[in-house]
Amino acid sequence: MTTTTYRDALRAAHREALQRDPRVFIMGEDVGQYGGSYAVTKGFYDEFGPDRIRDTPLSELGFVGTGIGAALGGQRPIVEIMTVNFSLLALDQVVNTAATLRHMSGGQFSVPVVIRMATGAGRQLAAQHSHSLEVWYAHVPGLRVLAPATLEDARGMLWPALEDPDPVVLFEHAQLYNLEGELADPPPAVDIEHAVVRRAGRDLTIVTYGGSLPRVAEAATALAGQGVEAEVIDLRVLRPLDWDTITASVRRTRRVLVVDEGWRTCGLAAEIIAGVVERAFYDLDAPPARVCSEEVPMPYPKHLEDAALPMPPKIVAAAQALCGRTA
Amino acid sequence: MITFRLPSLGADMDKGTLLEWLVRPGDAVKKGDVVAIVDTTKAAIDVECWHDGTVEELLVEPGAEIPVGTVMAVLREGGETPEQVRAQIDALRASPVQMAVPSAAATQRSAAPAAAAAGRVRVSPAARKRAGELGVGVESIAGTGPDGAVTLADVEAAAAKVAPASRAEAMRQTIAAAMARSKREIPHYYLAEDVPLAVATAYLAERNASRSVTERLLLAPLLVQAVARAVQRYPEFNGFFRDGAFVPGPGVHCGVAIALRGGGLVAPALHDVPSRDIDTLNRELLDLVQRARAGSLKASELSDPTITVTSLGDQGVRSVFPIIYPPQVAIVGFGRVTERAWIVDGAVGPAPVVTASLGADHRVSDGHRGALLLAAVRELLQRPAELAKATP
Repeated sequence: MTTTTYRDALRAAHREALQRDPRVFIMGEDVGQYGGSYAVTKGFYDEFGPDRIRDTPLSELGFVGTGIGAALGGQRPIVEIMTVNFSLLALDQVVNTAATLRHMSGGQFSVPVVIRMATGAGRQLAAQHSHSLEVWYAHVPGLRVLAPATLEDARGMLWPALEDPDPVVLFEHAQLYNLEGELADPPPAVDIEHAVVRRAGRDLTIVTYGGSLPRVAEAATALAGQGVEAEVIDLRVLRPLDWDTITASVRRTRRVLVVDEGWRTCGLAAEIIAGVVERAFYDLDAPPARVCSEEVPMPYPKHLEDAALPMPPKIVAAAQALCGRTA
Repeated sequence: MITFRLPSLGADMDKGTLLEWLVRPGDAVKKGDVVAIVDTTKAAIDVECWHDGTVEELLVEPGAEIPVGTVMAVLREGGETPEQVRAQIDALRASPVQMAVPSAAATQRSAAPAAAAAGRVRVSPAARKRAGELGVGVESIAGTGPDGAVTLADVEAAAAKVAPASRAEAMRQTIAAAMARSKREIPHYYLAEDVPLAVATAYLAERNASRSVTERLLLAPLLVQAVARAVQRYPEFNGFFRDGAFVPGPGVHCGVAIALRGGGLVAPALHDVPSRDIDTLNRELLDLVQRARAGSLKASELSDPTITVTSLGDQGVRSVFPIIYPPQVAIVGFGRVTERAWIVDGAVGPAPVVTASLGADHRVSDGHRGALLLAAVRELLQRPAELAKATP
């Protein structure tokens, strides 16, 4: 075991990919000389050179499109977008091009691009840098959407994502980069297919992913102290969703709470609840519930930002209410 | 302002559980109107209001257990404005008087459900499904789930509560369920035939002459064997009616109805009866009776019977009109063996006779075949030495 951080685990994964496959290169804003906005690619510019670590102009539409073109041409590009908020500028390339070309070419073309971006709030970066728009991508057929929330996944998801012949969008929650912990050496292989039960419990299932996982884990610990045993599912893969794992858990616990930093309306939590109700209606012992971000542009002041986010006290209260307890 | 408090509904009642509000805020109530249903340890009781007024606020959620005297609702009197009453409610809340007012969070949650409470009982899908399986009525269960909904655990707790206190009661319920199903689902037809037993009893007397009392052969195993051999000839009486069709039994396993000392009965199986000789069958039957009365039957003995034989001869009845134990399709009954005037070779003389009767499922067999079955039972009993031998 070695002590590492989420950021370092990501960096190790990228280095390994660059070393293993000469077709892999990284492009994005400030990924080269500056070392990446979140320092994931720090040092790579010197190590791998400007051909493989490419700084791009501030044009998401342009460089994401370029990455897609390189993938079509046989390369294995990793395109870094600074945050999901700016990725909206590249939506046309991702949704209309990357996600559709296999279908529209009758299977003749595949687009093996990996598009990474930071997401989420909690760092007082205000409404244009803090939103969680994962569901915009999880909505789109043709994409695989990943949300590593642990060191293992930060270290292990990149390689299978690169091996996927179709476009993969990978979300890194900005608050996870400094997450510290132990990682096995060599790091365990992970899949990009399944959700994982991170904590077993009998009283309710809390489904979450990404930056909300540590908050849910904290809430689950608090709940255990109050006599409520929560089962925690880390989705890991936001598209396609692993319904087998979700439904099996809900069938056991009969209660489901979804914690999603995205907005409530038409969000990922809504989709999960709808899917659970479709699959396990007669197993439910309480109406499904969700804790999402408040429906406001993310506030700048710390106390308002915290109030807008699905923080542990809200999760605990929702779980208690779901179990018919008012504590 | 009028406060509506939980009344004592009996000298021994110190608390109750609100099951349901029959009024909602804004409703006008008159003296004597039933406004709520409250569960006491004895029963669900309609609670009346003794004042005229308008319901301003319901303070207790369905499902809550509250002490007698708790303010459950506040009524507005004629001439009062809602604002005046609200101020008084706030004052009441602030006072240390026992109000059983739920916490702020609970109040918030109850806002919507209070209106819904007067309608249908909230039952979770899982709870409703389980209630159906357990045969528990959900309407009288106090829910502990979100918004007072009945949960799975509530249903199971309620089922455990109504579960019979004693084994005798449990057995009564089991018999009731099985017999109700039989009479509801199975179109029975009944046939009866008198069977002379002179040869059979003479045979047994001869076999028993040299035996001690405890080793004596009884008539019962011979009767059971006669039925078993007869259904081998007419297999549509041996088996089950399942999913709309007859399924032949995987062997002839005769259930034997055994009355229990504490009341009730069981009908465990003697397995593969035709393959047993009379001594074996006699021994197995005695063992079965003993174990049935000791309460140590095996599950397979209870679930395996493919046809049942019942004998009420000891109680002195002449014939039985037996009811099929579902999903079996036939049952043969024997009455008391009596000395009757019987004509043998043109002369009237005394002879031991038993009335054999058949209750059979008309969905599977018809009276004609039933008659042949009983005729076979009679005929087989005229050749007891053959019945006594095991058949391969």
